[in-house]
Amino acid sequence: MEPDEELGQITDEIYANGDENKQRHRPIISGEQLDIEAYAALYSGRTKITRLLFIADRCGNSSMQLEALRMAYDEIKKGENTQLFREVVQKIDGCLSGNYGPDPAWADAVDRRAEMRKEKLENELNAYRTNLIKESIRMGYNDFGDYYYAHGQLGEAFKNYVRTRDYCTTAKHIIHMCLNAILVSIEMGQFTHVTSYVSKAEQSQDALDAVTVAKLRCAAGVANLEAKKYKLAARKFLEVGPELGNNYTEVIAPQDVATYGGLCALASFDRGELKAIIQYSFIDNINFRNFLELVPEIRELIHDFYTSHYASCLEYLGNLKANLMLDIHLHDHVETLYDQIRSKALIQYTHPFVSVDLNMMANAFKTSVAGLEKELEALITDNQIQARIDSHNKILYARHADQRNATFQKVLQTGKEFDRDVRSMLLRANLLKHEYILKTSRKH
Amino acid sequence: MDVNMDAIVAQTQGFSGNLSDLNHLQRILKQCEELLWAHTVSQLVSSLDQLDPCLHSLGYLYILKAILSAPVSKEEANGLLVTIARFINSCSVEQIRLAPEIFVFICRRFKDQVMSMEAPIRGVAPMLTAVRKLQVSSEKLTALHSDFLLLCVLAKCYKTGMPVLEDDISEVDQPRDFFLYCYYGGMICIGQKHFGKALELLHNVVTAPMSTLNAIAVEAYKKYVLVSLIHLGQFSTSFRKYTSSAAQRNLKNFAPAFLVQDLSDMKTNLFINPLFEQPYLDLADCYGNGNISELETFVQANAEKFESDNNLGLVKQVVSSMYKRNIQRLTQTYLTLSLQDIANTVQLSNAKEAEMYVLQMIEDGDIYAAINQKDGMVRFLEDPEQYKTCGMIEHIDSSIKRIVALSKKMTSMDELMSCDPMYLSKVGREKHRYDFDDFAGAPQRFNF
Repeated sequence: MEPDEELGQITDEIYANGDENKQRHRPIISGEQLDIEAYAALYSGRTKITRLLFIADRCGNSSMQLEALRMAYDEIKKGENTQLFREVVQKIDGCLSGNYGPDPAWADAVDRRAEMRKEKLENELNAYRTNLIKESIRMGYNDFGDYYYAHGQLGEAFKNYVRTRDYCTTAKHIIHMCLNAILVSIEMGQFTHVTSYVSKAEQSQDALDAVTVAKLRCAAGVANLEAKKYKLAARKFLEVGPELGNNYTEVIAPQDVATYGGLCALASFDRGELKAIIQYSFIDNINFRNFLELVPEIRELIHDFYTSHYASCLEYLGNLKANLMLDIHLHDHVETLYDQIRSKALIQYTHPFVSVDLNMMANAFKTSVAGLEKELEALITDNQIQARIDSHNKILYARHADQRNATFQKVLQTGKEFDRDVRSMLLRANLLKHEYILKTSRKH
Repeated sequence: MDVNMDAIVAQTQGFSGNLSDLNHLQRILKQCEELLWAHTVSQLVSSLDQLDPCLHSLGYLYILKAILSAPVSKEEANGLLVTIARFINSCSVEQIRLAPEIFVFICRRFKDQVMSMEAPIRGVAPMLTAVRKLQVSSEKLTALHSDFLLLCVLAKCYKTGMPVLEDDISEVDQPRDFFLYCYYGGMICIGQKHFGKALELLHNVVTAPMSTLNAIAVEAYKKYVLVSLIHLGQFSTSFRKYTSSAAQRNLKNFAPAFLVQDLSDMKTNLFINPLFEQPYLDLADCYGNGNISELETFVQANAEKFESDNNLGLVKQVVSSMYKRNIQRLTQTYLTLSLQDIANTVQLSNAKEAEMYVLQMIEDGDIYAAINQKDGMVRFLEDPEQYKTCGMIEHIDSSIKRIVALSKKMTSMDELMSCDPMYLSKVGREKHRYDFDDFAGAPQRFNF
């Protein structure tokens, strides 16, 4: 038995792939349920409500769902969005005891007040317009935008915010307009608008303060993420300055910057670029480190990935998955990002070796040999790994392209094609000549 | 009458010596043509006996033409075939080239006879000789090429047809001959499983310059789609830009709106229904998806259509080529793989079938592999060709020489073309017109 054990130990060490400090403390946070209260506390404004509703829709767990709905209900009551209020009440459907019923008195009161306010705003705006005071008109439209936004009419809000553009006199005004437009566009899911308004805002460089820059970076990052441009998204998130703090909670929490940025970077950056982040976050005390500190799991998994502890990295990812699926922006992209990260891990694992034992590799990735074989096959077919699988002995052999033979092959192939093309060209030329002669002889 | 016949025979015997005599004889024979028709077949046949097919080929030719101009009865046909076959074998090349159109006529009648007797194999060898005798150079396409290839296809003598197809044809008199030559040639190559060559020939038909689409091109296009799938594993519906607009328009687009638009064009070739190609293009799409069971159901659903085009066999080869292609893909990813795994991956029913496919592919040189029957493993090997042998170097050398020669030919043809007065006058005219347009502005163009 002893030799076997010894062997086991050796192989264990090999799986660990160069880990010198095996006793390193690695608190792996289990896939515990999302703490909605803490989660919701990170956000403010409308996004808090929509995120809560999103969780309620997706979590598939009735107690969690009711909890989310209850908090959404409370949050809505603070605002004036009666439309959303009715929807939530319908969703709660009397399942919550206490004061969570359809409160018609409140809703009617809010509606009435809203009606009055709208009238007042209209009168004011008309007065401004007759007086042609630019600044006042801008304020008027802006108020209208705010009003519509508060009542959940996002399309109208967007229109009114954009209308202020004609009355902007300073760069500050333009940035204000852009930020409003971005906020509404993100709520509406119109991410192309987001990108265009971010670039518009960035044009007026001198008027930007650090917080605004950070906000714009976040917005651009989210827009790129939604457009599946993960690499760009990662870049944007990495550029977000620490000034962001809790200043943009109506869109994004600093924790999200770390999560979004970290995952996108893992999925899309090559090793060199990844190294830069590692250095940023662990050696130099720059930007991204602060964010990563907020979400230790992401920090750990990036580090694990970089130091080739794929199993632990993938374990972190697996634990995070359930919660990430409940994120309003990330949920659509989790699968793709995870697939990309996994493929990258596989590629990186095989890269330095001439031959790899599939059993060990499967262990390192905590998967079965057959499953691993399928994954590798897909990657080889995609030409992402230059290797071939010895399915009999379960070994992966790296394959080095023989330049000389490939060149010979290519030359012969090109020659053949040239030969064929020239011949058919000569033929066609002759046929054309024939046809031409035929036509002219008919004419005469 | 008999006197005249004898005179012709005598003159033929007398004037078959040298070239000037032969020219003289040809003049006489042309004058006597009507006179020959007045004779009965038996009279003509008996007069043939007095001539030697080798020495008096020209006279023989004219008399044969007279015989064949009349309908031939079944009893006579057999004897006649023997006579013609013997004549083709022994006739003098110089003499028949004096009257090539008559020679072609006789050979065509011969072919028709053979076909009506449903014994195409009898015509294969004489027709090959006829083609060779009529051909001035190996680059010239004769009128008999297509007839010979048709006989080869009918008699399934594909191998006999191959040498003719290996010539580099570049001079063509009749486009129709050329279309048929390529089409039948393509079929022969398919029969011999030389799919590369077949693809080239069919490609020539599809991309040949033509003003209206013809039935040969449509049929060739169908086979082109199938062969392209078998040989290349893919088919792109986009045409090379030198394809004639007639072919592009009619073969590519099948939208109903297009049919309406093109009704005026359709009149000229009403017998062609453009929708005929649709199953083929659908098949190509289906192949592209890479799902074997989908492909098989599609083929089964459309088997009737393919059958009616006589392409069902080829379609079945398309299906089996997909298995092969999938197996070939495995060689890129695996060094060893069990037969059972191969069967599972490419959706073959069992290991035995997979073994047959792998074996077949090793024999064909499609893959390099060894089967270990003991544990049912296949070991895929690399291409053993190292490009180091003398044979390979010779092959490369000859290829280079060939390409140099081809380029030279192309240059000389280009020079010839740029000196051609007709070409120059056309280009000059067009250039003049364009200049005028540029100068006068666009609206003038629409005035007439």
